[in-house]
Amino acid sequence: MKRFTCDELVDLITAYLDDALDPTEREGVRAHLACCQGCSRYFEQFRATIVALGDPPPEKLPIDVRDRLMSAFRERRPS
Amino acid sequence: MRSFAGGGLPSDDVIVRALRAGDEAMFAALLDTWSRGMLRVARSYVSTDHSAEEVVQDTWLAVIGGIDGFEGRSSVKTWIFRIVVNMAKKRGVRERRTLPWSAFEEDGGNSAGPHFDPVPPGGWTDPPAAWPTPEGEALASEVRGMIGEILARLPPRQRIVITLRDVEGCTSDEVCEILKISAANQRVLLHRARVAVRGWLADYFESVGQPD
Ligand SMILES: [Zn+2]
Repeated sequence: MKRFTCDELVDLITAYLDDALDPTEREGVRAHLACCQGCSRYFEQFRATIVALGDPPPEKLPIDVRDRLMSAFRERRPS
Repeated sequence: MRSFAGGGLPSDDVIVRALRAGDEAMFAALLDTWSRGMLRVARSYVSTDHSAEEVVQDTWLAVIGGIDGFEGRSSVKTWIFRIVVNMAKKRGVRERRTLPWSAFEEDGGNSAGPHFDPVPPGGWTDPPAAWPTPEGEALASEVRGMIGEILARLPPRQRIVITLRDVEGCTSDEVCEILKISAANQRVLLHRARVAVRGWLADYFESVGQPD
């Protein structure tokens, strides 16, 4: 198992979440998070940030643009 | 007419065949599924909502014109997102709002760009302050409203990567293919962007007051 300092650990969170660490690193991250209050809170906030980003305000193509594209598609002659 | 509402899209083979055959329901389904994400992607490069809409419109026109020649070397989704990225990038350059992509090479490297070091040397002196719990709906919608403005503060390459990954939910493989960057580079850009966004959210929560 690898041992990490706190600043090394926070640099690895994205790689950890992407499952891009080797097993000894992954275990080291888990062990560190289990006993370090600062990093575990940081880790939770990091995940909360990702969740917040995945819930953006709704967004829509304006209806006139959509209509124009539908007619452009209709007018295309299938080959 | 078929509807794909809630059911997700069929496989690429089915999509491509339907588009080539002029299946309007399929085209409408793609428009309604991907245009949202395409608008957000376009907005990473151009200066106004109107420009973003034009870029998305031109992208779909290119898709209509290009579907017969589509060779299936990438997925339909990455093909379309690559077109939107390239068109938006060109337009952004023309608008002089953004510098050419290559001018930002360094924000994926070790030196440049705003770099946030969350942990003080030697470890946490104080652990990060607790955030309010998300049970406050008002808070969640307030944060939601800030996301666009927060993303706009990021350097362009970080912004497009975090938009594709975390806002649009693309996989890292898809992002690498859309942007033609390496997995390692993608991860560095994504991580820096997340660190910055977490930092801004932390500042915001601090400014609105701490829970007990
Ligand atoms: Zn720690």
